[in-house]
Amino acid sequence: MSKQSFRLLEGGRIDRAKTVGFTFDGKRYEGHPGDTLASALLANGVHLVGRSFKYHRPRGIVTSGSEEPNALVQLGVGPRSEPNIRATQAELFEGLVAESQNRWPSLGFDIGGVNNLLSRYFPAGFYYKTFMWPPSFWMKYEYFIRRAAGLGKAPTGPDPDRYAKTFAHCDVLVVGAGPAGLSAAIAAGRRGARVILADEQAELGGSLLASADQIEGRPAAVWLAEALAELGRMTDVRLLPRTTAFGYYDHNYLTLVERVSDHLTSPPAQLPRQRLWRVRARQVVLATGAIERPLVFADNDRPGIMMASAVSTYLRRYAVLPGNRAVLLTNNDGGYEAALDLAQAGGTVAAIVDLRAEPGALPVEAAKRRGIEVLAGHAITGTTGKFRVDGVSVMPLSGDSVTGSARTLSCDLVLHSGGWTPSVHLFSQSRGKLRWEESIGAFVPDVSHEAERSAGACCGSFGLADCLTEGHAAGAAAAGAAGDAGQAATAMAGAVEPGRLAPIVPSTVPVGHDGKYFVDFQNDVTAADVRLANREGYRSVEHVKRYTTMGMGTDQGKTSNVNALGILAEAQGRPVPDVGHTTFRPPYTPVAIGVFAGDDQGDLLDPIRRTPIHSWHESVGAPFENVGQWRRAWYYPKPGEGLHEAVARESRAVRTSVGIVDASTLGKIDLQGPDVARLLNLVYTNAWSKLDIGRCRYGLMCHEDGMVFDDGVTTRLGENHYLMSTTTGNAATVLGWLENWLQCEYPEMRVYCTSVTEQWSTVAINGPMARKLLAELTTDIPLDSASFPFMSMREGHVAGIPARVFRISFTGDLSFEVNVPSSYGHALWLALLAAGEKYRATPYGTETMHVLRAEKGFIIVGQETDGTFTPYDLGMGWAVSKQKPDFFGKRSYTRPDTARADRKHLVGLLTENPNDVLPEGGQVVAELKDKPPMIMIGHVTSSYMSPNVGRSIAMAVIKNGRNRMGDTVHVPLPDRVIRAKVTEPKFYDLEGKRIDG
Amino acid sequence: MLLIECPFCGPRAEIEFSCGGEGHIARPQNQEALSDAAWADYLFMRKNPKGTQYERWNHARGCRRWFNVARDTVTHRISKVYKMGEPQP
Repeated sequence: MSKQSFRLLEGGRIDRAKTVGFTFDGKRYEGHPGDTLASALLANGVHLVGRSFKYHRPRGIVTSGSEEPNALVQLGVGPRSEPNIRATQAELFEGLVAESQNRWPSLGFDIGGVNNLLSRYFPAGFYYKTFMWPPSFWMKYEYFIRRAAGLGKAPTGPDPDRYAKTFAHCDVLVVGAGPAGLSAAIAAGRRGARVILADEQAELGGSLLASADQIEGRPAAVWLAEALAELGRMTDVRLLPRTTAFGYYDHNYLTLVERVSDHLTSPPAQLPRQRLWRVRARQVVLATGAIERPLVFADNDRPGIMMASAVSTYLRRYAVLPGNRAVLLTNNDGGYEAALDLAQAGGTVAAIVDLRAEPGALPVEAAKRRGIEVLAGHAITGTTGKFRVDGVSVMPLSGDSVTGSARTLSCDLVLHSGGWTPSVHLFSQSRGKLRWEESIGAFVPDVSHEAERSAGACCGSFGLADCLTEGHAAGAAAAGAAGDAGQAATAMAGAVEPGRLAPIVPSTVPVGHDGKYFVDFQNDVTAADVRLANREGYRSVEHVKRYTTMGMGTDQGKTSNVNALGILAEAQGRPVPDVGHTTFRPPYTPVAIGVFAGDDQGDLLDPIRRTPIHSWHESVGAPFENVGQWRRAWYYPKPGEGLHEAVARESRAVRTSVGIVDASTLGKIDLQGPDVARLLNLVYTNAWSKLDIGRCRYGLMCHEDGMVFDDGVTTRLGENHYLMSTTTGNAATVLGWLENWLQCEYPEMRVYCTSVTEQWSTVAINGPMARKLLAELTTDIPLDSASFPFMSMREGHVAGIPARVFRISFTGDLSFEVNVPSSYGHALWLALLAAGEKYRATPYGTETMHVLRAEKGFIIVGQETDGTFTPYDLGMGWAVSKQKPDFFGKRSYTRPDTARADRKHLVGLLTENPNDVLPEGGQVVAELKDKPPMIMIGHVTSSYMSPNVGRSIAMAVIKNGRNRMGDTVHVPLPDRVIRAKVTEPKFYDLEGKRIDG
Repeated sequence: MLLIECPFCGPRAEIEFSCGGEGHIARPQNQEALSDAAWADYLFMRKNPKGTQYERWNHARGCRRWFNVARDTVTHRISKVYKMGEPQP
């Protein structure tokens, strides 16, 4: 167990009373509650935490926040393991297990490090240049590239955690709980607004958590505690720590991810791991702060080279001394603060290297009082050290180059500060317009697109006093005029002189030769790469981004984008705003896929609809087929039977005796009103005016383009009352179609549509014995053909249950479809089985239903059709009225393309070998060639082995098919070719004699 | 995700609605007299403007009523919602 040798004796927000143990690369360490993994590692003197993406260079912790490009670790083990977690954001807890990434076999000895020695062969666009040829080799290259260049490993097992999703609405959503965000939330809360305040960190407070300033005459930490207490007393304010707002979409819709239990050693079972908040806000206040910008100097990536403000944060918030002997490289006064903090905490500052010839007087004075040497107008020209920086060379600057002789300073820590970049990610995602602000060398919000205000550092207002007043004003304005927002808090803090953009720090080593000037640490993109991309003609910043991969890592270039723009602008001799910026896209930081899935998985992914007879199907072991959301019994295997045997038995039983099928899933729409017949005349292609009460009619439904989209039988139940049936998967679509026309085009029609699919349970009795079977169970419905003819409906009782019985048939055999209220469905089924024993009544599933209808050539919309078939294409011109003046689709049948004689037609196919069953979807060709390409003239839509026909049967749609009757066509398959003859799409009972039994 | 004010239910999230495309397209009368081109225009051709589009929406997972929305296709701003049958603003 290592000691926390770099933990300061006092200070910080950590809980020193408790110690928590964790492991990193198998070694045990200790930290305190309040630590992040990064601060705990630094407290133990661990800087080397990973290898870089491309060159496998040793890398350390650079920042203290979510912008961290380097310190990415694999967190957790087994299926809970998660790659690419920023150590700076991972809260420490007892038992945390972390592994470094992208190294093999170990961090200290990494084979891939050879890439660094070969780096001259890995320039920008390396992949595109090298792995071009031969094209078929890309798959092989990719395998090795993915192994060599990469980050963490995705776990292989299913994610065992639960994720939640919730909607929330508020008057004001404040993103970021630093000084500006807290002030905004307080001002809005005082005015009575419903407020949500979200911050990505475990503790609310942002920069105040590591501030040495005074607010309202008290230390910032005291004011912070008071502010949080006031917010806590407001009942309409919801505080969301550990919550990252990662997406900002239209109409003030924002997505937030809350890490609910990631920081707990043993999370309570009822807690989700993370929660997705989908927030709709009337007003948004963005107080997202700013990110300190690195300086691009030679070999600026060694472990121990850190952002200046991060060093301050580790010192003040975590009481960690990141190094004993430091050099600061800065281009602004703000950087001095970290050096002074370090000296105050007992570290040594070997020198402050200031790129400016004339630094601010106050910080220089403060440094000198501490005995720190200030080298104004100097640059760091290089660094040394293998696994940790151990020295820097420093030279005087003369204009844009260095001059004189180099001085070497030994150190174990380099702090650098290139100014601050406002975090405008969310603002830009919301389509707010950005403006280049030269004085800070960064883009700032200009014109909001949404009901949104930005406040504080994300606007480029870096001073604490400005953050407090801007936040207060934004919060008060967002909450509206009513109520007293009180006064903004006032701060005693020095003004902050922001750093200008200084793209590349001069050195004796020219860019692109020895030494690497890293811009994007995570993707190993250097200043030389950006310049090379420009030289090779990639002028657009979006192209440079993709060519060099800068800004394309999991950090999305938070620390690198502005520097890259500066280097590109300099190379092109244009101002930065002319170069522009890349698009900011969600998510702000990576979000686990499970967060988006939430509970929408497994049985909860989509509703499952079951018929009232479902439990019986289950009890006899029927496999189910998904038809839309419905589960339908597929077939009923007897012991030893597979699909084919069961279907053969069921199919024969229906044709020779009687079978029953659960047809409850068919869509049923109840239509009432005096204008129903008028509506039916419009939506069906055939005539409906003369349908008598108690009679049924089959109809095809077409869109205005004349293409079939549904079919079914509609029955007239009464003077103004009809029942429409639709295909199982199309019921909602058809209802929507009817409503569409009724509401939008024909509001004068008096028709009321009600879905009654689930109110009725339907059992269809099919086969020559159907009448005898039904007669066993009804006394009040005469069943002979004269009194109950085909295509009519009778009401009465079946098995004592009130029933509507329809004489309609999807098999071509004698058929009664019995509809009973759905709660009686199961009872009806059992009664039919019991009464049917003497007729060997056989339950059959959807597969047999399909075989039987195919034997008769009945289509299934969506199987024979795909939205490009007219009734004529299907050989169903008989179902299209020639007399009706108007119906949907009518005008389209005379369009030249629709009227073509050689469109694809529905035909039958009989294979030469009666035992060959064509695969559905098989492509049909007229002229067979040795190998593709061949001209495909259509495809097989339905194909079965039919025991009743005694051979295989198939339907197909084939170009000009009706004029190919008797022709032989070919269906080429991977291993053979099946030859088949084109026939009429009808294979059984060609005369239609079986319909009356 | 848009926030759409259903004229019958009030403001609701876009996921409750389905979009029916361009509105105010009257079904032609006397179709047999129309040229094929004019019929094709009714079937297939839409304005697809850059700017304000008058379109139909259905509160499919709500009251199931159709209504009209004036939406800017560039900014997604909704300047007006109005019931079926009301004139285009």
